Parts: sequence; C-alpha cells; structure tokens
Amino acid sequence: MATAVHKVTEAEANAHPPAEAIVVRFAGDSGDGMQLTGGQFTLSTALAGNDLATFPDFPAEIRAPQGTLFGVSAFQINFGSAAIETAGDQPDVLVAMNPAALKVNVEALKPGGLIIADEGEFGDRNLAKAKYDANPLEDGSLAKWQLLKLNISQLTLEAVKPFGLGNKEALRCKNMWTLGLALWMFDRERQPIVDWLKAKFAKAPELAEANIAALNAGHAYGETAEMGALGVAQVHVPAAPVEPGLYRTVTGAESISLGLVAGAQLAGLPMFFGGYPITPASAILHHLSRLKEYGVTTFQAEDEIAAVAASIGASYAGSLGVTSSSGPGIALKTEAIGLAIMTELPLVVVNSQRGGPSTGLPTKTEQSDLYQSVYGRNGDAPMPVVAARSAADCFDAAIEAVRIATQYMTPVMLLTDGYIANAAEPWKVPDMDGYEAFPVTFETDAPAEGEKFLPYARDEKLSRPWVKPGTPGLLHRIGGIEKQQGTGNIDYAPANHQAMTEIRRDKVAGIDVPDQEVTLGEETGKLVLVGWGSTFGPVHQAVRRARAKGLDVHHIHLRHIWPMPKNLGDLLRGYEHILVPEMNTGQLKTVLRDQFLVDAKPLNKVSGQPFRIAEIEAAIEEALSD
Amino acid sequence: MNEITTIKPSSPKDWETDQEVRWCPGCGDYAILKAVQRTLPQIGATPENTVFISGIGCSSRFPYYMETYGFHTIHGRAPAVATGVKLANPELDVWIITGDGDALSIGGNHTMHLLRRNLNCQVLLFNNEIYGLTKGQYSPTSREGTRSPSTPFGSVDHPANPCAFALGSGARFVARGIDVHKKLPDVLKAAHAHRGAAFLEIFQNCIVYNDDVFAPFTAKPNAAANQLWLEHGEPMLFDKGTRGLSFDRDALALKVVDVTDGDWQAAGVLVHDQANRMIAHLLVEMGAGFPVALGVLYDNPAPTFDSAVTDQNLSASAGKTPDLQKLVAKGQTWMVNKQPRVE
Repeated sequence: MATAVHKVTEAEANAHPPAEAIVVRFAGDSGDGMQLTGGQFTLSTALAGNDLATFPDFPAEIRAPQGTLFGVSAFQINFGSAAIETAGDQPDVLVAMNPAALKVNVEALKPGGLIIADEGEFGDRNLAKAKYDANPLEDGSLAKWQLLKLNISQLTLEAVKPFGLGNKEALRCKNMWTLGLALWMFDRERQPIVDWLKAKFAKAPELAEANIAALNAGHAYGETAEMGALGVAQVHVPAAPVEPGLYRTVTGAESISLGLVAGAQLAGLPMFFGGYPITPASAILHHLSRLKEYGVTTFQAEDEIAAVAASIGASYAGSLGVTSSSGPGIALKTEAIGLAIMTELPLVVVNSQRGGPSTGLPTKTEQSDLYQSVYGRNGDAPMPVVAARSAADCFDAAIEAVRIATQYMTPVMLLTDGYIANAAEPWKVPDMDGYEAFPVTFETDAPAEGEKFLPYARDEKLSRPWVKPGTPGLLHRIGGIEKQQGTGNIDYAPANHQAMTEIRRDKVAGIDVPDQEVTLGEETGKLVLVGWGSTFGPVHQAVRRARAKGLDVHHIHLRHIWPMPKNLGDLLRGYEHILVPEMNTGQLKTVLRDQFLVDAKPLNKVSGQPFRIAEIEAAIEEALSD
Repeated sequence: MNEITTIKPSSPKDWETDQEVRWCPGCGDYAILKAVQRTLPQIGATPENTVFISGIGCSSRFPYYMETYGFHTIHGRAPAVATGVKLANPELDVWIITGDGDALSIGGNHTMHLLRRNLNCQVLLFNNEIYGLTKGQYSPTSREGTRSPSTPFGSVDHPANPCAFALGSGARFVARGIDVHKKLPDVLKAAHAHRGAAFLEIFQNCIVYNDDVFAPFTAKPNAAANQLWLEHGEPMLFDKGTRGLSFDRDALALKVVDVTDGDWQAAGVLVHDQANRMIAHLLVEMGAGFPVALGVLYDNPAPTFDSAVTDQNLSASAGKTPDLQKLVAKGQTWMVNKQPRVE
C-alpha cells in the first residue's frame, strides 16, 4: 500500500517515551487564529523533517463570546524524531493567549512544562470572564510549571506600528508574533511562512507586511531577549527516520477526497458527489467541488436524503455515486441506502463520525456509529463497512470502498471521524502506478432475439449487471420492491423473498477482503488489542511501549468492519485475552463476540477526546494482571 | 454527408411491458398510462433514452408498465433521484411520476427544489386528493372536511394547491390535465416540448377511495360550464364561448364575464399569454364561482440546472489536464532523501 507507514527501528521501539518528541499546544480565543497558527507551525514542522500528529480542538460555536471559557480554541501538535502516531498526551509547552485559554488547558500540561502567556490579555475583565478570582500569573498558583509572561499584545502593536493598521487589525497579528517565537524555539525556517502570508494576503500587501513584521519580531524576541535566564532554550528536534520519498501534509478530509477521485479513476468512472453541509463532513464537499477536471460533479442538495438519493440516481445512470455526512445525516440517508442495497447499485457513503446521539457533539470525536453502519437499517440489509485509521490511511480506505462498491454492485459505508477529518499528518505521496485498476464493465450486449435481458442475473461474485440507461435492447425497471430472481420483476412470493434475502446476504458475506494481519506483535500470545479507526495511534503506541517493557501484548487494527476478514476468528482465538479499545460503549466488542464467540473485553472512552497512550497502557497492565 | 438512417416509428404497443397492470379496475391511472403510451411515439421519443422515475404510491407503479428504463424509488424522493440521473447523463429524457402525497407531503421539499433549480424533466403529478395505496387516508390536497379512516370527523387542515405550489417554487412550466380527457396528450406534448422542469397536475379519479371528487367539473354535464381550456394567444373563454375571464382592475383579480354573440373583445375577455407569470398566478388561484383552468397555464423557459452544471463543469475544467499523480502531490511538499543523521 502506498500510505506512509513509518518503519520503526529497534532503538525507537525501545525508547520510552519516544526520543525527542515534543508536544506543543496553542490555545486562545476562537477569534485569535489558533488553528491557523497551529496549521502553519505544522507545516514548518513537516518541512523540518519531523514526524508529527496534530489535534485541532475548537468550539462548535462560530464565534463564542470573546474571552469566555467555552470560546477557547486549541491546536495541539506532537512532533519528534521518532514515529509519531498520536497528538500526544500531555503538552510540554502551552501557549495561552488569554486567561480562559490558560484555565481550560493548563491542567493538561506536564509538570515542569512551559507556559507562555500573553500578560497583556490578563486584565480584570478577561480574568473575570475566565472566572479567576486573582491573576494566576501573579499569585503563584502556576508554580509547578515554568512561566514565561510576555506582553505579546503590546509587543505586536509595536512591531506592526509602521503599517498604520487600526488597533483591532494590529492585534490580529498576535498569532504571527507567537508563531515567530515558536519558530525560534524549535529552530525553524521562517521563509515558508513568509511565502504563505504573501500568498494569503496577495490582495492586501500591507496586511502581509504587518504579519511578516510580527512574525519576525516574535522570532527576534526569542533570539535577543535573554530567554535562557528564564529557563527557555532553543530546542532542535532532529528529523524523524522516515522512508525516503516525497511528502506532504494531508488532513483526512483531503485524503478521502483524493482517494475517492483516485478510486473513480481506477474504476474508469465519472464521480457524482451529493452532499449536504454538516460538521465535520463538509470539508469533503469543499475539496471535491474544486476537482471538476477529474470528472467530478458535486451537488449540494436540499437535504441529506436528496444528497444520497441523487447519488443513487447518478449510479443508476452510470456514474460512481458518492455521498457523505456525519451520524445524524447518515440516519436520514438510511432508507435510501436500503434502496441502493435492494437495487444493487454501487454507492459510497462516507460517515465522518462525531459524538452522538442526535446532534450530540458536532465538533468532537466518537466511534459510535459502528452499529449504525453494520446493522442500522430496516430489513435484512447487509452492507460492507470500511474504516480508515488515520488521515493518510483515508486515501487507501476510500479506494478500497470504491473497489468493493463497483465490483460487487453494493453501497459501502466508509467510516472516518472528526479527529481524522481535521487532523493533519505527513503523507508519503503515493505512486499511482502502484495501484491496480479495477475497471467497470457495463453490460451493453442485447440478448439474442426472443430472449429477455435479466437485470438480476448473477456473476460468480453474485453481482448483477450494471446497465446505463440509454443502452438499446437492455430496457428494464428496478425499484425497492422485492424482485424476482433474474428478471427483476416485482415478486412477493415467499420462496423468492427467502432466496433473494439469502443472495443479498451471501453476496456481501462473500466479498473478497484481505486476510487480517497482526499490526504489531505475533499471531499468538497473552493479550491482543483489537482496534479500528482513529484509535490506531494511541493503541499502537501503547502496545509498543508495553512490548518494550517485555509484556506479551499485540495489536490488531481492522480496516474491514463488515464483512470481517475470514481469518479473524482463528487469529483472535490465538490469544488468551482480547481487549477492544473504542470511543464508544463497546460496539466492535459486541460484534466480535457475536461473530466469533470470543471473550472480547471493552475499553471505552466517550468524552469526545482521543484516547491517551497512558490510559491504554494502564488498561494493558490491568488486563495482564488478571 | 449525413448518413440516412431509417427509424421505424414506434407505436403505443411498443411502449407496453409484459407486466400485468395492477391498478383497481376503473382507476384513472389506466387512462393516463394510455395517454403517455400514445404520446411518446408522436414526439419522437426512443425507449432506450427514456427514463421513468417514481416515488411511492399507486401512481408510482407507473414505470413497471412502460417499456423504457425505469426506477421505482422511495417515498417522496423521485425528484432527488431524477436529479442525479439527469446530472450524470443529461441526454436522458426523464419523466417523474408522482402523486399528491408523494410530491407534496413527504416529498414537498424535493419537489420545491427540483422546480426552482429547473431540472430539464417532466413531472406528472397524479392528484386524486387521497392516499390510495395505504387505503384511503386524507392527503395534503384533500378538501377541508374530508372524511377518511384517519379523519373520521372530517379533516381540519387546509389543502395544498399543487400548481400554486409549483409557481411559488419557481416553476417555468405549469399545466393541468384530466386523466380521461382527450386533450391530455396535447398537454403531455407541451410539457415535453418545454426545456426545463415541466410541472403537470393531472386530476385523477380514485374510484375506490375518492370517487367523483372532481365530478363538479369533470362529469359530462358539468364540463363545459366549469372547464377553461387555455390556449396561448386565444381568449379565455368557456361554457361554449358564452363566458370568459376578464381582469377586474379595482379588485386586482379575475372575474367571470358574459360574452354575447361571440364578441369577447367587447366583454373585455383576456387573451392567454402563457409567458405571463402574473396571469398564471391568478389562474391557479381561481376558486368557487370560477371554472377550473386547464391546459398550459404557464410556459416561460429559463436556463436549466443540468445545462448550468454541465457548462460549469466544462468551463472549470477548460485548459486543465487531469493528472492524478500531480493531484496527490499538490500543496507544500518536501523530499526525504535518505535516512536522517542520528544526533
């Protein structure tokens, strides 16, 4: 596979924690541009050759009242010279742009970690909004951390003075001043950020210049102020050992979009994408709407149901229909997905999962739609389910979903989540020649004189023929009513429904899914952790650390949730204990128990935050002590 | 040189499937099916390029009886499925078959958006003012006071007016027909000739659950006095030319006027202008004391959704060569040449 899989050396595997890994969290008001700062710091980190993982954590409100606790927006990045697979547990450095940002984030900081606070924002009003009785920068309450108070607001205003901006606009450059300081701290190049600012503000050169001045001033401040006396030193994190090649950063939403385009091209089909805005899935619609030259038609429908129904219509007419949403939207699409199952048309349904039920936690991550994906339809309605484990992995997972949909004439659910969709990670640019095409063959041959075309004839995969309307001689009607085997005519006969239900079941059960491999460890042992989706990073790191301590623990990470790999049952029975970490209350655990009668135990977290490595490590130790 | 190909003209028989038609005996749907099967050969349609897409309800079984491509979808969603079909292949001739419940209740949202987007297709709404398939509940077009299994004391909500809904949604073609009327094929032809979403309400008699609900204007003795068949450029006359519609300037409304000796000009009878949206609004709103406006009420084409999408796809792609390898490598990239130094 072409995704960036980092080779872990023996030394790294034994390192605990991974050598030279640093976690930085930028936190500020949602209007302070923290996501932008984090994004640019990520880019410079990638350019420095570090491996990295990020975790954007922002409020659901568009603009929460300024300075409030619920308006805090944060961006965390973990980078280092070893393979990084999580956004990190506890930050080493916290940049707090106001009292609320400090209050919400400081408890997560490692003891002895560094706080950089903009003291210019710590006035009475902001302290009151953050519900501080006294100024924490002054009252000694932050003693267990290193504290660096700077009047970033004032320093920024001075730096951008020559450009004659209004006070409000000038203060907007604060994030670039802070970024400049961070670039100095970690010995990073400023030029890529300068180039980016010039491009971003091409139409307002004075804004570009002001931001660049703020960036330079922050950098110069680190260089010239005697920061060493404050215990702050410049840190150089060496580049991570990754496979040689061309890299870029990618978010899950970008990667899914590219994978869908690649999948459609490998199948030789134009793509039709029907979507309706919903957090965190909308980014896929945004990306695809710019790719028209790849045969992509995007349609922002009037609702979720229209989005999926139009995609089914497009598949019926010979395109690859794709729709995307998040839990509540998938619920609305459910009846139409049943129609795609009944009419046996290809369709890819992307579900960027978020906390539920109902509206739930729109911007927080959960893996709680597994039941919905595998079981959540009326009637016996089997549907393949594929789950991506990371932003980079979305590319291959999307191609796999397209392959199954088109080869087996079936809708496929592709699961990601809010964390994967928004997080950025380095991605080794795949060589497209390394992917095998799976071209679709439409039925075009009219039957011989006197014979009837059979739209529900079956090939060896139990798949039915795909005919484009417009093809002479192959006229036929399809629909949601039970159909007679072969002819597709309406047929309510008891034996026919029994047979058709079994065919639909057997077709999906028989999908050619690669055998499950052990992700880390051996094929037998004392304890195996079985994960799926975005918990890959923390599960993998926790297993690695436990193994470094000599513990008999292994990691299996599933891509194919339905149907499951044929060897999975035997594989699981090779371990004494099975632990299933999930960001839900135990959905995969239940499916594994049902499918294989194994004693899978749950490890669950539904706080809206990703697992921490330490949490899983503790669970491993507990499981092994039983 | 153009190649000369001989196309064998189809006959209504060619558009019939081998499936047994399963509507109740005497249902108005039979007449509509025949009218469509008679019309398609006359407008040069070809079975392979024709797609009938329906939702759920008695009317929505229609595609099974048409020897074309057909998709019997789910309740209310035929317009959405049709949108995907048409955008994926704008060459197809798409007909949507729906009913009053399907199009105006569960699928009202999709009907509205299909019409405002102006997808190039025909929407045939079979209005029988009742839910037939589910055995007789009142529908969104049922008149106030309709007694049905779900409204044993009479319905209390106000009915929707399909053509007013269509106009309000931005439809550029609005017409009406009657299931058994001989002019139905003409209205079907006009709908097909219109480029864009053509909305056609067909008054269809449900012989089992709502028999004769339209008899006040469809029954033979009532027809002449209560049916106004519109023709573009012709005076709005009915009742054998003895009455017509005029505009009451004081009330800003239509009024019925008597026409003596055929002198409609003297009576101030309006001439139908099918491109006049205001007249269409007045015609669809006519209630008690007025005839029922039939035929093409409004026909004023505008650019279609499918052509706009296709044009934008083409113009946005112009001069760009799709290169997947370049696409995946887009953005800020960096090269890792060798295993990095160990410090």
